[in-house]
Amino acid sequence: MSIAKASSDNRYTQTEPFFVRWFLIAVALIFLTLFLLLPLGAVFSQAFEKGLTVYLDALKEPDTLSSIKLTLITAAVAVPLNLFFGVTAAWAIAKFNFIGKNLLLTLIDLPFSVSPVISGLIYVLIFGLQGWMGPWLQEHDIKIVFAVPGIILATIFVTFPFVARELIPLMESQGKEEEEAALVLGATGLQTFFRVTLPNIKWGIIYGVILCNARAMGEFGAVSVVSGHIRGMTNTVPLHVEILYNEYNYTAAFAVASLLAFLALITLAIKTIAEWKVRQQLNNN
Amino acid sequence: MSIEIEHVHKQFGTFAALNDVSLTIPSGELVALLGPSGSGKTTLLRIIAGLESSDGGRILFNGTDTTESHVRERKVGFVFQHYALFRHMTVFENVAFGLRVRPRATRPSNSEIKAKVTELLRLVQLEVLAERYPAQLSGGQRQRIALARALAVEPQVLLLDEPFGALDAQVRAELRRWLRKLHDEIHITSVFVTHDQEEALEVADRIVVMNKGKIEQSGTPDQVYEHPANPFVLNFLGDVNLFHGRILQANGHVDTGENAVSYVRSHDIEIERTPLDSTALQAVVKHIQKLGPSVRVTLDIAGNNDFVEAELTRDVFHNLGLQHGERVYVRPRQVRVFVEDYQI
Repeated sequence: MSIAKASSDNRYTQTEPFFVRWFLIAVALIFLTLFLLLPLGAVFSQAFEKGLTVYLDALKEPDTLSSIKLTLITAAVAVPLNLFFGVTAAWAIAKFNFIGKNLLLTLIDLPFSVSPVISGLIYVLIFGLQGWMGPWLQEHDIKIVFAVPGIILATIFVTFPFVARELIPLMESQGKEEEEAALVLGATGLQTFFRVTLPNIKWGIIYGVILCNARAMGEFGAVSVVSGHIRGMTNTVPLHVEILYNEYNYTAAFAVASLLAFLALITLAIKTIAEWKVRQQLNNN
Repeated sequence: MSIEIEHVHKQFGTFAALNDVSLTIPSGELVALLGPSGSGKTTLLRIIAGLESSDGGRILFNGTDTTESHVRERKVGFVFQHYALFRHMTVFENVAFGLRVRPRATRPSNSEIKAKVTELLRLVQLEVLAERYPAQLSGGQRQRIALARALAVEPQVLLLDEPFGALDAQVRAELRRWLRKLHDEIHITSVFVTHDQEEALEVADRIVVMNKGKIEQSGTPDQVYEHPANPFVLNFLGDVNLFHGRILQANGHVDTGENAVSYVRSHDIEIERTPLDSTALQAVVKHIQKLGPSVRVTLDIAGNNDFVEAELTRDVFHNLGLQHGERVYVRPRQVRVFVEDYQI
């Protein structure tokens, strides 16, 4: 009894008054509702406004299907490449000391600081008809800009920080003693990576891949510049939503947009689990 | 297996971590590398293991040059200060790791691995914890598992980097006694790094005192304690008092010149109420500090603000009944004189 009283007294000495707490919580909740939940609700209500059949028909439309296919292909190429790049870069930065380490760190962050329009434009400037390599590419009949390769390149550029950025702090905090221990015990470099390093960063990788994937599928700006907006050929899902919307085809636009909203929700769920697991890995030091 | 270190040099930028270090570690001995931080002791240990490369010199195991061989091939066991257990593996899998990563041809069968790991866990008295994860163990338990893991590959040499550094005092004392006992059982050539002189004196067969990338003295605990080669060793192995340029005539020790400095360990200073003879020095009691079983008395010699610390047992202290500000006589029992060309 006395212990219970002591602890409840304690609670009031250490927190803000009742109304301050509720005020802060209320502000946060109202903000979230206005800016996040309401738009999300609007997307789904617009999408299903004319019933499920219209919704499904909008999704079954050939141009929509081709845009979904293109988005999936783009993500299927960009995400594994960035996974590989991210793990290598994080490994190098966290476990070794070399000249130019800070430069590499800055370069990894570059896509975050550059406007997506620029990210797309650089590929137009390099591979476009008037670009550096344009004439040579045309001679050899290779299409990059306004075609699938350009979209993939722009997506890779925009999404490459995600995995590396997630892994670097995690790997740095874990240090290299475990890897050293594995080497002393006779493990080869590959054995050390797969048996010691990889299990330790598993959830960090999943977290990074999920964010990378969400961005790869949702990227608009950079892709818009290099895509050329050819319906059924170079339109990704976000670009297709814009076209439908500009054609006043609201139901179809929101139906396709709802796919991206679903992706966001799934990402959020996996992200939460991964975040929790990453924290556990950090605490296991 | 014996280890020979020949003229090893290691440079970090402009800082010479090891400066032409040579040392022979006889087979089966337990050797302590003792020194303050930055003395190069850990660097030397890591070079022996192959975790760090030297900039010059050679490391020989049993007469064979291993300088160029990879960590993997050296067959050393290494125990890290912060254990470095694999956090995602159970205790059992941690200990089994070194056996599981062997090439297929030399890899023991699952049942052999199980037998070996169980035997090692019994050796470190932690069989019951086989299925636990490192995060669920106490510091002392983790370090014992780390030791079992290092021993699993049957190393020719066991290297320990401040093995008890991260543990609290009681567990430390218990573990170092246990390490000594273990070494008496398995007789593997072992080198451990420590900055704790008590630990080195208690555990090691031989102590190598290091300072600023060099070896100051190497010898048995008795040798380095009783016959320190220079003021650094003397100072590092226990509290000492300095008598700058003072001529002291006690127990037949005579000063050797103007630059001489005399050193007396605090527990070698006797305090008397009445001087027995003319060699006693007059002093005033300035401060009394009780430290568990002993009492530290700070004395001002001849009112020169030249402070000397004496360590007495509680019994002696009570028999003398010393009071603050009291005039007494001080007699150094063991004086060591070094000519001052040496900076501490």
